[in-house]
Amino acid sequence: MSDQIVFLLQLVITGVAVGAVYSLMALGFVLIYKASTVVNFGPGELVLFGAYVAWATILNMKLHLAVALPLTLVVAILLGLVIERGVLRPLIGEPIISVIMVTFGFASVVRGVLNMTWGSDTRPFPALFSSQPFHLGPVPVSPVHLWSFVTVMVLLAAFSLFFKYSLIGTAMRATADNQQVAQSLGVSVKGVFALSWCIATVVSALGGIILGSVRGGVDFSLADYGLKVFPVVILGGLDSVAGVIVSGVIIGVLENLSGGYLDPIFGGGVKEVAPFVVLVLILMIRPYGLFGRKDVERV
Amino acid sequence: MLRLNNVQVIYSDVILVLKGLSLEVTEGQIVALLGANGAGKTTTLKAISGLLKTEDGRVTDGSIEFMGRRIDGLDPEDICRRGIVQVMEGRKVLETLTVEENLRIGGYTRRDADGIQQDLRMIYEYFPILVTRRHQVAGYLSGGEQQMLVIGRALMARPKLLLLDEPSLGLAPLLVREIFDIIRKIHEERGTTFLLVEQNAQMALRIADYGYIMENGRIVFDGPAAKLRGNDDVREFYLGLSEAGRRKSFKDVKFYKRRKRWAF
Ligand SMILES: Nc1ncnc2c1ncn2[C@@H]1O[C@H](COP(=O)(O)OP(=O)(O)O)[C@@H](O)[C@H]1O
Ligand SMILES: [Mg+2]
Repeated sequence: MSDQIVFLLQLVITGVAVGAVYSLMALGFVLIYKASTVVNFGPGELVLFGAYVAWATILNMKLHLAVALPLTLVVAILLGLVIERGVLRPLIGEPIISVIMVTFGFASVVRGVLNMTWGSDTRPFPALFSSQPFHLGPVPVSPVHLWSFVTVMVLLAAFSLFFKYSLIGTAMRATADNQQVAQSLGVSVKGVFALSWCIATVVSALGGIILGSVRGGVDFSLADYGLKVFPVVILGGLDSVAGVIVSGVIIGVLENLSGGYLDPIFGGGVKEVAPFVVLVLILMIRPYGLFGRKDVERV
Repeated sequence: MLRLNNVQVIYSDVILVLKGLSLEVTEGQIVALLGANGAGKTTTLKAISGLLKTEDGRVTDGSIEFMGRRIDGLDPEDICRRGIVQVMEGRKVLETLTVEENLRIGGYTRRDADGIQQDLRMIYEYFPILVTRRHQVAGYLSGGEQQMLVIGRALMARPKLLLLDEPSLGLAPLLVREIFDIIRKIHEERGTTFLLVEQNAQMALRIADYGYIMENGRIVFDGPAAKLRGNDDVREFYLGLSEAGRRKSFKDVKFYKRRKRWAF
């Protein structure tokens, strides 16, 4: 096999791995949007928060992974509850734009608090998976990419089953479908909002941990990965969980390919903007997303 | 079982809709709440079920008691847990969920798996058409099937009191009859208490034990269903005219005069 093809396959494989993480983070975003029509303008900070808490518990506090990771997720759940109870619930009944702006403001607060607590230096992140590549045919693959992909897929499958078959998952879909009806049947809509925020903070934290270990370090640029949820959800359609799973991978591959082939030509930077070029294109030609329903309200 | 005492309801802090409404529902009965479009029937049901809250409405005066306890001001999900379920007008199925998921979410407040399974079977017996649609998405059902589904979904909660808002609206007469027959059957077999809102007074009074007639946010007339059926005013204004669910404008004028007579 020629080097060219190996290069291409490598780009695709790493793109799929990182894209899967985008799907995971976008899942949280879509859940919040579907349940409460709130657009979370701070997805990057949720990722950052998870990554920093994981770094702090593993390397700073030197806790065992088996303790540190669950602890990180618990802290992420607490953050979800704080956001929903403390910040959003008091705003029930206020115009939706106020609520959206508050997510933006709260994200800045999170960023500030992280900066004050741990500073903005790049922190080494423990390699959760070996970085010694193995060969898939002629293509070298690093285990960290494989495992992050597998982890994400297992999580996404678990969430899909949860939404489809569990009573609480059904209640979440019912709330997304018609809040008033869900309430009339005894579903606590506030509870569903809180749960969707907690799921979002947890999957974002997991995303942060995975990205941190892929990159071997955490710093504030991790938040940029969180921003990728916007192209992903626009491509996938704001209301479609299945759609964001596919489009996360598409965006991941696309940005890697543009990084691999176009960056050398343009002297860099294409990789970073490629997803957002897609975002603009999609908004122009298919504003309800590749997989979304036509009648979905855009933001 | 349920008692509304001089209930006043205001939407958005300014729109006064219920102006001191009182009514009572006795356990085990079907009580009909009749009245023209805009009288405040839906608002009354939403005040009881708490859904008013979701529309920026509030009970600002009077009280609503259910089984001896005040329920006005509670959240709708709490009122549901106490045994009151409202079937909203307009066949509000959860469109993206399947028929069976709709029914299961109806039993959301319950934890008795056996009872839920049993009730699911029972609902499929009352509404056999739903069995064949079981795994279809509810948004694609016909109007009649959707009405059956929302009634079935409410029954899944095993409510003590079921609030039904215009189940006949927009359905063919034959279907209306079928649905009312099933309501009566459910009432007889399960002893469920109903508060039934209708513009189709004839249908409603056929199955009701007691009836209230409301106009402009107040009860203007009430009595046992048999008596209402025999009452000249009711016959003239509800039984003859509202069959089609619509009222022609000249009848409005006549209606207005009569309203004065009822008021005094
Ligand atoms: N959410 C709301 N906000 C403001 N006014 C409302 C609202 N819902 C109903 N109304 C008003 O209350 C009155 C009674 O409405 P409704 O209770 O729906 O009557 P009915 O069910 O008897 O047709 C109408 O004049 C209607 O415009
Ligand atoms: Mg109405």
